[in-house]
Amino acid sequence: MTSISSASPAFTGKDPKNRLFGPLPDVTAEAGYDEGHPKRVGFFTDTSVCIGCKACEVACKEWNTLPMDDSHGTRDVIGLSGMSYDNTGQLGANSWRHVAFIEQVRTVDLPMPTFGRPGDDRQGNGPSPAAHDHPDAQALGQASVLNAEALSEFDPQTGQSGSDKQVRWLMSSDVCKHCTHAGCLDVCPTGALFRTEFGTVVVQGDICNGCGYCVPSCPYGVINRREDDGRVFKCTMCYDRLTDGLMPACATACPTQSIQFGDLDELQARADARLATLKDQGVETARLYGRDEDDGVGGNGAFFLLLDEPEVYGLPPDPIVTTRDLPAMWKAAGKAAVMIVGAALGAVLSSRRPR
Amino acid sequence: MTEGIATPGGGWRRADGPPAETRGKKRRKGGRRGRGEVAMVDDVEFTSYYGRPVIKPPVWKSPEVQLYLFFGGASGAAAILGALGEFTRRPVMTRSAHLFAGGGALASVGLLIVDLGRPERFLHMLRVFKPTSPLSVGSYILSPFSALAVATAGLHVLGRWPVLRRLGAVGSAVFAGPLATYTGVLLANTAVPSWHAAGTQLPYVFGASGMAAGGGITMALSPVAEAAPARRFAVTGAVIELAYMHKVENDHGIVSEPYHEGKAGALLRAAKACTAAGAAVTVAVGRRRAGAVLGGALLAAGSALTRFGVYEAGMASARDPKYTVVPQRERLEARKNEHASTITR
Repeated sequence: MTSISSASPAFTGKDPKNRLFGPLPDVTAEAGYDEGHPKRVGFFTDTSVCIGCKACEVACKEWNTLPMDDSHGTRDVIGLSGMSYDNTGQLGANSWRHVAFIEQVRTVDLPMPTFGRPGDDRQGNGPSPAAHDHPDAQALGQASVLNAEALSEFDPQTGQSGSDKQVRWLMSSDVCKHCTHAGCLDVCPTGALFRTEFGTVVVQGDICNGCGYCVPSCPYGVINRREDDGRVFKCTMCYDRLTDGLMPACATACPTQSIQFGDLDELQARADARLATLKDQGVETARLYGRDEDDGVGGNGAFFLLLDEPEVYGLPPDPIVTTRDLPAMWKAAGKAAVMIVGAALGAVLSSRRPR
Repeated sequence: MTEGIATPGGGWRRADGPPAETRGKKRRKGGRRGRGEVAMVDDVEFTSYYGRPVIKPPVWKSPEVQLYLFFGGASGAAAILGALGEFTRRPVMTRSAHLFAGGGALASVGLLIVDLGRPERFLHMLRVFKPTSPLSVGSYILSPFSALAVATAGLHVLGRWPVLRRLGAVGSAVFAGPLATYTGVLLANTAVPSWHAAGTQLPYVFGASGMAAGGGITMALSPVAEAAPARRFAVTGAVIELAYMHKVENDHGIVSEPYHEGKAGALLRAAKACTAAGAAVTVAVGRRRAGAVLGGALLAAGSALTRFGVYEAGMASARDPKYTVVPQRERLEARKNEHASTITR
């Protein structure tokens, strides 16, 4: 019994070792590997140098022999998404790397936005940005435009089109985050999803029984079921290559080192340095995503440097592993079960016996 | 901090984006309760990646899963009623309760297997026991429950070995309560916003809904002279179901919205009407045969509609990135305000 109770903070709600939630310095050991396990590996995807070439997607498909699908995950269909240069659309069972593509504009010179359909401006009809209607702030804004022009040298994703509008392309190669607290792994009823010795999260295809519970449990919408197969699939961080000492296919193929593979602690240090450099250069919108070990999933094994809010790239701004709240839910289910028995007892005892 | 365009956000917005990602026009007038909270979300703004959902909606089969939720709850509640009936002089009610519980348990197992993408691998469910996986825990509740409930029903049909039958009845009743309530955790322990937010209420909703259905069906199948406990049990369940469902529909700000809108809203309004009517009929004319049958049918229909409505609301909340992004944004903002000095994001 002791092994059960110590292994189930999900029932007791007592989680001193952060097995359900919170920072976890050695996730591999927590999963049961012994002292000599390899260091945790990961991806650092630096989107500021991504050129949107999709070499990672191709390399991934080739290496993992993933079937073709369109931007909605329909198999063996060629289809253009019709929304941008992104025809992959999303991560799913057949796309384990997805290069997001967003074309953004901003008005740099004119006092008012040139096209003002309601809500067109991201700031919208809330408290409007002071830059647009406050003269002093506008002057400040214009001063920083000059600054921004200088910065575009450092930011390959920024360009000018005409005098009044600036255009930039955001490109980001999305991938499974290999969370410290992985919702998919927590809820898998068969043990098909498991933590590897490298600290990554992988599906064992021969154990998966297609229950699909991991699909809505991923706060990032990564894992999905392959419809004609019935099982779920997602990025394995090329587990087969890792065991042979090779880099994952996507990182190997990336021509700009936007996708960097390595030991997680090393990547984190590199990412912090890169962020500091960008901030120094004035790219104030740069931020790390998934780097923080105190976030809702205990930090990601695959984290990102983004140039805008996460949701712009289709990432959740503050994901939380669903299992964090599971103890409270189990408690409620237990009480509710007692409630049913109590109500039945009450009903029987309060009714007069027939005859 | 200057508010210039080089600061975070920087005035960038998606080129050729849709006119507005505010959903002012989309909201519906009808069927809204708790105006205060719902009205607050009218003006929400959020950004998404071309309007695509952030999370993946469940890939479960419909209507198999909703029916599974219904049969699990109803047969669980009936099994408890049957087990207690074994120890009072109500042979026909006991028998009806167990026959329904056994049938419902068989149906549950069948539906769960059909729902799997690879039905031949159902046994993999019992490969490990994982408290973090409600589906794993549920498999270990459903398996013994269905075995015992079917055995008890079978012994009723055979009409032999009453001691063994009572043992089976008590055994199935032990697993019956958790079976009726774990399904609430099953749905809530996902990233689906409208389910997750109601995580401590859905077990009560589903348990009480099971009471209404299981009690109602047992009542309909039993002679009125014996069915008094079933009537009380069913009406109690209906009242608790309505009360907790009201909380689910109104306590959670923006993620309560899907419970009022579209298909889910219509289903849940119908569910409420059926459950309330069923309870009223049971109280008023449940002591007559026709009244018992009508009341039981209404309660069962209300319970089934509740499952379908809750399921549909979750699906809607998963498909619309608004319900994922906006609450998380609010959470971030709240945290930022809490300790503005330490957060650097």
